[in-house]
Amino acid sequence: MAISPISLAFKKTKREKRPALLTYTVAGDNNKKKSLEILNSISKYVDICELGFPHNTPIGDGGQIQTSSYRAINNGIKMKDTFQIVRNFKKKKNSKPLLLMGYYNMIYQYGENKFLKKCKQVGVNGLIVVDLPWPDNKIFAKKCKKKSITFVQLISPTTSKKRMKNIIKDSHDMIYYISMLSTTGGKLKVSPKRILKNYHNIKKINKSKNVVIGFGITKKTIASLKKADGLVVGSPICAEISKSLKKRQNPVTNVTRMVSLLKNKIS
Amino acid sequence: MNIKKGTPLIDQHDKDGFWGKKFGGNFIPETLKKPVEDLTILFEKLRKDRKFIKERDYYFKNWVGAPTPFIKLKNLTNYLDGAQIWTKVVSEANGGAHKIYNATVHCLIAKKAGKKYIVGDTGAGYAGKMLSMAAKKFGLKCKIFMGAKDIKRQKPNCDAMRKNGAEIIPVYTGSQTLVDAVSECMRYWVSNCDTTHMCVGSTVGPNIFVKICGWSTSQISRELLIQIKKEFAKIPKKIKLLNCVGGGSSSFGFWNEFMHYDKKQIEFVGVEAGGPKKSKRHAAPLTYGSKIGILHGASQYVIMDSEGQIEETESISAGLDYPGVSPLHCFLKDAKRARYTAASDEEALSAYQLVTKFENLNPSLEPSHAFAEAIKIAPKLSKETIIIVNSCGDAHKDKDILKQRLGI
Repeated sequence: MAISPISLAFKKTKREKRPALLTYTVAGDNNKKKSLEILNSISKYVDICELGFPHNTPIGDGGQIQTSSYRAINNGIKMKDTFQIVRNFKKKKNSKPLLLMGYYNMIYQYGENKFLKKCKQVGVNGLIVVDLPWPDNKIFAKKCKKKSITFVQLISPTTSKKRMKNIIKDSHDMIYYISMLSTTGGKLKVSPKRILKNYHNIKKINKSKNVVIGFGITKKTIASLKKADGLVVGSPICAEISKSLKKRQNPVTNVTRMVSLLKNKIS
Repeated sequence: MNIKKGTPLIDQHDKDGFWGKKFGGNFIPETLKKPVEDLTILFEKLRKDRKFIKERDYYFKNWVGAPTPFIKLKNLTNYLDGAQIWTKVVSEANGGAHKIYNATVHCLIAKKAGKKYIVGDTGAGYAGKMLSMAAKKFGLKCKIFMGAKDIKRQKPNCDAMRKNGAEIIPVYTGSQTLVDAVSECMRYWVSNCDTTHMCVGSTVGPNIFVKICGWSTSQISRELLIQIKKEFAKIPKKIKLLNCVGGGSSSFGFWNEFMHYDKKQIEFVGVEAGGPKKSKRHAAPLTYGSKIGILHGASQYVIMDSEGQIEETESISAGLDYPGVSPLHCFLKDAKRARYTAASDEEALSAYQLVTKFENLNPSLEPSHAFAEAIKIAPKLSKETIIIVNSCGDAHKDKDILKQRLGI
């Protein structure tokens, strides 16, 4: 099987001796056009883009991402718009691998098979489903693999060693480690040393998996976790969009500036 | 879809937590997998532990006040001139509603788990009020998540929560009602599951919360079975058990002990909130044929749009104003063991007026929905038919709404 664009992205960053930078934005925030513009503009600095398909009863997201999601939903964003944003983004020559992220009900209502077919069509490279943990995700993850779409397994500080081993065994080329007990956007309440210790426990089980760390990562904390394969920044970007709108500034410019700064901190 | 005999309904799920292979489950973030698993192990151990059962029964009897009365509503029966109308006055329980059973059990579990903090959601404010009472009783620090809209419309219960020393966290997202309160409470638990126990206020949420709540409220039907036998010498030939259904905790508890009776002998009727008469919005996913979706960690019939966004509901009764419904009720519906229907805001209000005119009873807006159905069907039924309505809450909390809508 050909090596996936996601694996390639990690290969590149490893060569450059730096972690991959992953960003999370919500499809349709603050509207369809702007969210595509943001993706296109930050693509220069980002290694992998996560794009959220918004859901209105998210049980894992903090205030900033909720605000972005409600804003997108209120603007009338539908799944077809999300897919269109991806298609248009992936058309660009310099686009980056893209992961869709969201809650299972949206996939369930769309139909798992139809959803994956559409993902494949528009160029989605991977999926993160917040509320479909292992082992309930086994069948769906297999379907993803058949379509060469990376299903990203999540591991958290509460995951037991035995469970961790099983999750890693069933994982594809990327694993997401949740840094702390928190929803997205919480303040980092665990020392980077402890986070990296847990991170290394995962790596020890299987060195070949690309493990990214997310939750609580901001421009202040990002440098301290540089040793990881990849780092995800989401809530600060969503908050930046909210702030820009409030100040009547262009979110594209402000978010791009923020992402370039994040990149500098880990280069 | 069949109900197995000899096994409690709460245990009739598969290894993945689904009743009838499709309702329930555990659609939760990875972080909650371990706390949910720990809670499952602890609860399964405790429910087999005689000492724990004794402790539960002690508090149910001496603190909650078991059994709650089972009485005939003679004047209403005479007026309707059909089936006999009886009621189980669960609102006589300490605190004024059935939510006390689940709250007490959760606090007992939290103590056994060594947790010092407990959090819970509330709609009508009863789940919150009871949890704050129980938390105070058992020395736990308590936070209650409540939609900002509900805080306004159920003030008396909020006052009670604060008096019990609980902190009310207003939820401003979405429709600012129960659905958002449950989401916010779950999010809080994700961040604090190492120190804090979560009580889900109804038979909803991830599998184990459905089970704990159903196990707790079943006290209602345990009492009722004994009371019926005592009152009628044997189980009458035709009984209808009427109960309002929001999340479905009181109705499940009201029916559980009668699960294996033939439905021709003991029929279950669940009454959902139909919302305002002229509005299309309602909170009745079972009555109006909603599709299966995922809400708050479980699959269930839920009111949503074609994409899967959960839709806002509207009901005069905050306790029923919820887009989803317990997986147990979805199972009972598909197994055809229970029948579900809806009453509108207006029907509930007139039922309240009629019941309070004839009887010394003050049912809250939630059970008033069940009384509306009783009033509708009783005149057409024989005098040998026994209708029993679960009067599961007291209308004290509704005094502002009743004043505004009925001028009383």
